[in-house]
Parts: sequence; structure tokens; C-alpha cells
Amino acid sequence: MSEWIYVALFIAVGLIIPIGAIAAGFILGPKKPNPIKEATYECGVEPVGEAWIQFKPQYYIFALVFLVFDVEAVFLFPWAVKLGQLGLYAVVEGIIFVSILIIGLVYTWRKGMLEWL
Amino acid sequence: MTGAQIIFIVVALYTLGSALMVVTTRNLIHAALWLVSTLFGVAVTYALMNANFIAVVQVVVYIGAIAILFIFAVMLTRKDMRDSGPQMNKNWWLGALVAVLVFAGLAFMLSGWSGFSKVAADLPSGFDSVSLLGEALVSPQAYVLPFEVASVLLLAALVGAVYVAFNRK
Amino acid sequence: MVPLSWYLTLAAALFSIGLFGVLVRRNAVAILLGVELMLNAVNINLVAFWRYSDALTSMGGQVFAIIVFAVAAAEVSVGLALVISAYRRRNTVIADELDMLKW
Repeated sequence: MSEWIYVALFIAVGLIIPIGAIAAGFILGPKKPNPIKEATYECGVEPVGEAWIQFKPQYYIFALVFLVFDVEAVFLFPWAVKLGQLGLYAVVEGIIFVSILIIGLVYTWRKGMLEWL
Repeated sequence: MTGAQIIFIVVALYTLGSALMVVTTRNLIHAALWLVSTLFGVAVTYALMNANFIAVVQVVVYIGAIAILFIFAVMLTRKDMRDSGPQMNKNWWLGALVAVLVFAGLAFMLSGWSGFSKVAADLPSGFDSVSLLGEALVSPQAYVLPFEVASVLLLAALVGAVYVAFNRK
Repeated sequence: MVPLSWYLTLAAALFSIGLFGVLVRRNAVAILLGVELMLNAVNINLVAFWRYSDALTSMGGQVFAIIVFAVAAAEVSVGLALVISAYRRRNTVIADELDMLKW
């Protein structure tokens, strides 16, 4: 339990710094709004169109592949921690586990889904 | 009341409040962000139960990947993101009634169970749940079959999702 | 120390809220959000039963919690792919309007 106090401290500091920065700007800064100041900041370029538009489907594919390999990493992490004390069968099982998922990656790749259109 | 109990009550109220916002907010992007908040509360609950690895996995998988997938799906399924029309069914009160009845039934069943107010034993010192988990996942006497089947399940999910969503005719 | 009943009550409440979302929401993505809440409630139960069991070194509860993570990932990826596919063909994500099989 007690080791989580550091995590809680980390989260608290991570919240206080941005909230403090925004609050300081809100309290101390002068407020003289005009239409150009109110415009959305888009890397210095004039904003075009709305922000609430439909996105490209490629984002979904990349998030999907990331999700699948994220879960794979979750399974492999305890396996890797214990691998030194386990025998050859654990290595073989890990290889089977990874190679099954590699098939999925190859399928996605061969379908051309990993190209950024 | 001890400190752990106060922390639990605060976390539980936070989690349930966020969950209520998930099911009642009109704007779907906001609902997905409230889901992130709920999942974080659940991760803290795991940490309170000394399931450190599960708590980290909850943040990495649920908040890091699943919630992001939800946000992408919301962005992909509407041309105009402003919500129009009601977000709930006409007979939403019936759904609320069913949910309350399910909660009452679960609470009634659990309260009659003898182990309901059990108190946990302390963890032995030097308890390493990640090593034990790794051993359990690959040992043939334990959970090696679910471990490999999970891989097949993820493969099926990846191939199926790519095929269903992006099969260009 | 927190008794087991508190965790089980929290999980039951979270499950009921998720059930409410599944039954009531019209948007298919929002229905899947409710399913996620229900899966999380189940996971709280699994981990709680591991923590409060007498055999702490048998990791069954945590192993099944991780399996539930994999199942949730599969369910979300295929479910949202179905929603996206339905949106591309029928141009709607409202569950009530996807009623082709009724006719």
C-alpha cells in the first residue's frame, strides 16, 4: 500500500502544476479580447474549417493494432519476469503466443491497412 | 473508521459518480472521457486491494488503448459531432427500474452469504504477485491453455475487426 | 481494513449503472460504453475474491482478470468495427434504426 503514496504524490504534482499555471494566467493576465485573439491557435496558421469533423479510418486501424499488441505485452510481462527460473517449455509457450499474433500483424500488413493513405 | 476505509469510500463515490456521468451525458466524447475517469477510479480500487499489476494494466490497457479506441470510433461515426435528438429511449424509466432491481437482487443475495463481511488477511512479506502470475500463466498445471487461447482470441479480434470495418467492395 | 462486502457492493452498483446504460442509450457506441462498465464491475469482483481468499498464492483471480482484459479488448475492437461498418452502409449509429432483420 505505502508505495502508492509516491504515485499519489506524482499525480498531485502533475495536477497542481498545469492547474496552477492556467490559474495564474487567468488571475494575473490582462483581458482585452478581440476577434483575432479569440481565434483557435493552430500552429500560427489561420484555422480552416471546424475542429469537429469526421476523421480518417486509418486512425482506428492503428489504434486497433496498438490495442492488440498492448494486451499481448500485458500477457508477456509476467512471463518475462519469471522466464529466468522457468524451463524451456515456458520459452516455447511464449514463442507460440507471439507467433499466433504475428499472423494477425502480417494479415493487416498484407491487406495494405498499415499504409497511411 | 480507519484511513483505508475513508480512502475506499472517496474512491467508490468518485467511481460511481463518473459511471453515472458515462451513462447520462449527452455528448459522446464527454461520455468517453468520463469513462476514462471511471476506469481510473477502478484502477485505484485495484491498488487498494494490493493488486498492483492489475492496477497498472488497467491504466495501460483500458485508459491507454480501449478508451482511445472509443474516442476514435466516436470521431469516425459522425460527420457533425453535435448531438441531435434524444440520447435515451422513450421508456428509459423501465431501464432504470430494471437496473435498480438488479442491484437490489444482487445486494439481497450477497447479504445472505456467510462470507460477505470477511476481512482480508495481510499479504506475506516479500509477496511478489508478478512472479506468481508469470508462473501461473505458463505452468502446465495452471493456466497455460487460457494463455494460448487468449492469443487466438486476440488474433480473431484483429483480423475480424479489420475485415468487418474496412472491407472495400 | 475494508471488508469484502464493500467491494462487492461497489461492483454490484457499477454493474447496475452499466446495465442501465446498455438498456437505455440509443447510440451503439454508448451501449458499448455501458458494456465496458459491466466488465469492470466483474473484474473488481474477480480481484476482490482473489484478495479475500485464503490461498493468496494461487493466482486464479488475477489470471482471470487479465483474461477479462483480453476479452474486453476483443469485444471493443470487433464491436466498434461493427458500428463503423454499419455507419458506412446505413449512415446511422442509432441502434433502433438498424432494424433490417426485423422485416
